[in-house]
Amino acid sequence: MSKRKRAGSALLCGLLVSTALAACGGSESGEPANGQVTLDYWLWDDNQQASYQACADAFHKENPTITVKITQTAWAQYWQNLTTQLAAGEAPDVWTNQVSYYPQFVANQQILDIQPYVDADKIDLSQYQEGLADLWTKDGKRYGLPKDWDTEAIVYNKEMVDKAGVDLSDLTWNPTDGGAFEQAIAKLTVDTKGRNGLHPDFDKDNVAVYGYLPEWNDGSQGQNGWGELAAANGWTYLDKNPWGTRYKYDDPKLIETIGWYKALTDKGYAPRFDKQSTLGIDAVMNSGKAALTIAGSWTINTYMGPDAKQKFALAPLPVGPVGVRKSAINGLSDAIWAGTKNKDAAWKWVKYLASPACQDVVAANAVVFPAIKTSTEKALAAHQAKGRDVQVYVDYTKTPGGTFLLPITDHGTEISQIVQDALQAVILGQIEPAEALKKANQEVNALFG
Amino acid sequence: MHAVETRLDQPAGLRGRERRRRDDRLVGWLFLLPVIVGFIVFYAYPTVRGVWYSFTDYSLLNDPSFVGGENYRELVGDEQFWNSLKVTASYVVVNIVSQTVVALGLAALMHRLTRSVVLRATLLVPWLVPNVTIGLLWAWLLDPDLGFVNHLLGLAGIDATLSFTSPAWAMPLVALVNSWAYTGYTALLLYAGMLQIPQHLYEGAAIDGAGEVRMFRSITLPLLRPILALVLVVSLIGSFQIFDTVAVVYGGKPPIPEARVIYYYIYQQAFTYFHMGYAAAVAMVLVVILGVLTTVQMRMLRASRSDLG
Repeated sequence: MSKRKRAGSALLCGLLVSTALAACGGSESGEPANGQVTLDYWLWDDNQQASYQACADAFHKENPTITVKITQTAWAQYWQNLTTQLAAGEAPDVWTNQVSYYPQFVANQQILDIQPYVDADKIDLSQYQEGLADLWTKDGKRYGLPKDWDTEAIVYNKEMVDKAGVDLSDLTWNPTDGGAFEQAIAKLTVDTKGRNGLHPDFDKDNVAVYGYLPEWNDGSQGQNGWGELAAANGWTYLDKNPWGTRYKYDDPKLIETIGWYKALTDKGYAPRFDKQSTLGIDAVMNSGKAALTIAGSWTINTYMGPDAKQKFALAPLPVGPVGVRKSAINGLSDAIWAGTKNKDAAWKWVKYLASPACQDVVAANAVVFPAIKTSTEKALAAHQAKGRDVQVYVDYTKTPGGTFLLPITDHGTEISQIVQDALQAVILGQIEPAEALKKANQEVNALFG
Repeated sequence: MHAVETRLDQPAGLRGRERRRRDDRLVGWLFLLPVIVGFIVFYAYPTVRGVWYSFTDYSLLNDPSFVGGENYRELVGDEQFWNSLKVTASYVVVNIVSQTVVALGLAALMHRLTRSVVLRATLLVPWLVPNVTIGLLWAWLLDPDLGFVNHLLGLAGIDATLSFTSPAWAMPLVALVNSWAYTGYTALLLYAGMLQIPQHLYEGAAIDGAGEVRMFRSITLPLLRPILALVLVVSLIGSFQIFDTVAVVYGGKPPIPEARVIYYYIYQQAFTYFHMGYAAAVAMVLVVILGVLTTVQMRMLRASRSDLG
């Protein structure tokens, strides 16, 4: 396959004699020439490129023979670019990996098993937040070391919440009447005549400010809303995680949760699906047309940075029937390409990325929470220094059972579409939750044969 | 087709002239060479590969393995595939009908009323805007929460939400947005066709007492038929290839099922699910559909013959 491609590109090079000959060498840049090695490293988050450039510079100082070249590609194109590069045999030596996408690469033997390196260098896996290191293992093989993590919290418009006099700091929720969470949402919803959602004359067809702006474009995981509440209702995604093969989308606990969301839109406390902006949750929050939403810690800079048009603050997710606040915890890692010519150099870089030396640098820039516990504390301090209280995101990791992992299985992207379509039909009122989710679950499990 | 026939019909000429013609042909091929190379490298070869992939299981990362007609068998029972075909068909109908009718009207107005260059240029403006910009523009205008159009509707007391997330409105809106973008261009093509119609026919008709409507029906439409057929075929094929607008107005996320057109489905199968073989099979079905549609249209409209005679 790749040999044929090489021959093709050699031919093309021959045809284009007039162009600089050096260009034909292109892909060979990673080859050790007089002991010098250049590693290609890919990431998608432009907010973090500076942090990792700082890491790369420090790494180069320690290892003068290895230079790291960072390429940033937007999330929307990242996985396509990576996959086509892999298919062409020209992939980056090391890339930032994500749980939904990596099973595909594991299945096609594209990621290097680093367990032997981890054993040889005696990497202390207990330095990371619990559970994060295990995300990247399958059948005794290890495909990455934890890089950072994120959890979820309620992001609210401070002015609206103060005006309505609601306290969001210790909410409860259940799928039957919505508990204190629904009361707060109702109070925060205001119709065009200024009456809130609890007023007897509240006009649900003419709402000026929605109490809750749910993320409906949330795939199969509901990481920014329904997934958390369903988990707080005692639901789990599948038989075992990671690498389960039976999903449980037809579980009554999830059906109840989705039913509650549907009721919320019927009551006018949340926008109907077809009235929901396609411009993104943050655009609507910034326009002041909704009072609260549930968002991940990676959006801290969106809502609390200098560009936010409203004053936002954070509150913990409500306590559900299971008795604790539940947040999804999700992490990233760095993967080494199985086809790299510089395995040892790539491992050195990955090890450096997963060490306090680099993660403290990332922490200081206060964008995400690094995976190493001590670095997390440093990130927290850096946020505080910027005047942002983001403690709620960290608290889940300190309560037993406060976090749950997102599903890691094969067919992730297809499942995402199936569940997304089913939930959309429910919210539009085209089908009952139980029926839609039962059908979706059959389709999902059929993928595993 | 025509040109070749005439040439064959010609009586055999002098030997010298024949040789010269052969020389011309050689030079002709030489001039065609760059295009032929491009055609083979960028069209013919990928098409052949596409046909092959449609019979394989290929994830982009593994080596394609031959599975026979498995992909096509799966297609028959694939609800999503049939849904996206249906969605695309309804898009094409709304898009082509609205675009052609309005363009025909505009072209007739330009032809009979004014020949202002400024006006003609203005008509082309939406066509000059890149499609991605058009998508973004209308995504903002038609946003249910923050959009200007729905704000106006609200002021007018109309309780309808025109949005791309509304199952009822999604597809018509996408179709109308594209009609808006392409009508000017289509009108210009039709206008160019109308310019070929001899002026004396209109003068004669006017003397006979025909009104504008009658002239349009009895002169413009019949004599425009070959151009109209060409425009229809080209815009029909273009219309089937709807992708960019749908990809853009949903902010890069997958569109709702009611707007998931066939090209988006192919793209999704190929580059989101990495089912290259299956995506190739869907693409092949689309090739057949377009081929049949084009042939039928050409036949029905007798496109290669003009009544001008």
